[in-house]
Amino acid sequence: MHEMAIAENLIKIIREEMKINGADRLRSVLLHVGALTAVVPEALSFSFGLIISGTELDGADLIIESIPLRGICADCGREFEIREFEFVCPGCEGTDISELSGQELSIIEMEVG
Amino acid sequence: MREKQTVMKIEVVRNILEANDRIALENRAIFDSNALLAVNLMSSPGAGKTSLLERTIDNLKSELNLGVIEGDIQSSHDAERVAKKGIQVVQINTGGACHLDGNMVRNAFEKLDLSLINLLIIENVGNLVCPAEFKVGEHFKAMILSVTEGDDKPSKYPLMFRESEALLINKIDLLPYVDTSLDRIREESLKVNPGLVIFEISCKTGQGIMEWCRWLREKI
Repeated sequence: MHEMAIAENLIKIIREEMKINGADRLRSVLLHVGALTAVVPEALSFSFGLIISGTELDGADLIIESIPLRGICADCGREFEIREFEFVCPGCEGTDISELSGQELSIIEMEVG
Repeated sequence: MREKQTVMKIEVVRNILEANDRIALENRAIFDSNALLAVNLMSSPGAGKTSLLERTIDNLKSELNLGVIEGDIQSSHDAERVAKKGIQVVQINTGGACHLDGNMVRNAFEKLDLSLINLLIIENVGNLVCPAEFKVGEHFKAMILSVTEGDDKPSKYPLMFRESEALLINKIDLLPYVDTSLDRIREESLKVNPGLVIFEISCKTGQGIMEWCRWLREKI
């Protein structure tokens, strides 16, 4: 259940950004969570809700957008969605695959005011 | 009069674990300045991390100076086991946290004399999920899967298999008693991480330990 630690880090960043932007009320936060992370969105939402309850952030929505795992084959250049975590090119069966997306664990946008 | 409220969007785009990543990078720089190789060793509970450490220390201590950071939720049993081998060891108790992070490892290695160590093994908390998400400053990650855990784990816990440079399949002495297929573990692991270096070992009998230690020796 490392989602609690992730939520704590997230809230630190939110507070920093609110201070920088002179905002005092948080309405919502948008996250990108890649398919290759080991984060369970429900556990992250639960942890987030638990930490902000009774604080100045209480009531804010956490919006989690899942980002699919995509890769590019070094041999043939094909870009494809990696399904079932099989890092094999569907075109040439090459296995030298770099991730294009799917590793994100990022805060993208906040709605305040 | 009702107060006028303006809703504003703030673009942020920051990695949520950026603070940990920063500490991990600093840790790595400290390891580099002491010319030591740091390995983050991960597995589920009971797969054999501490037994592998004992075997590895026995094999390498005549030629290398080893240091160990033991991560556990509670207790110092593992550190006591390793300390018997006469090497520098420090115990971290995470007090509930299911993984080590950069800061915990920083606080731990400050208790070690890094200038006397060439190989630092950081034994993470037993867990196949969370430790893979947090860098601690290691040069590479290695993981253990024991044959009693079954052969379907790579596709169930892909992040750890993807992040690891080496996979040690432990307890192969128990293969006659379980339905696990070594071929399937290999096949499934290599799908997730085609570059994975795989060792078949038994910490009980010592089988395969030499190959692992030779590989580790060459990394330094």
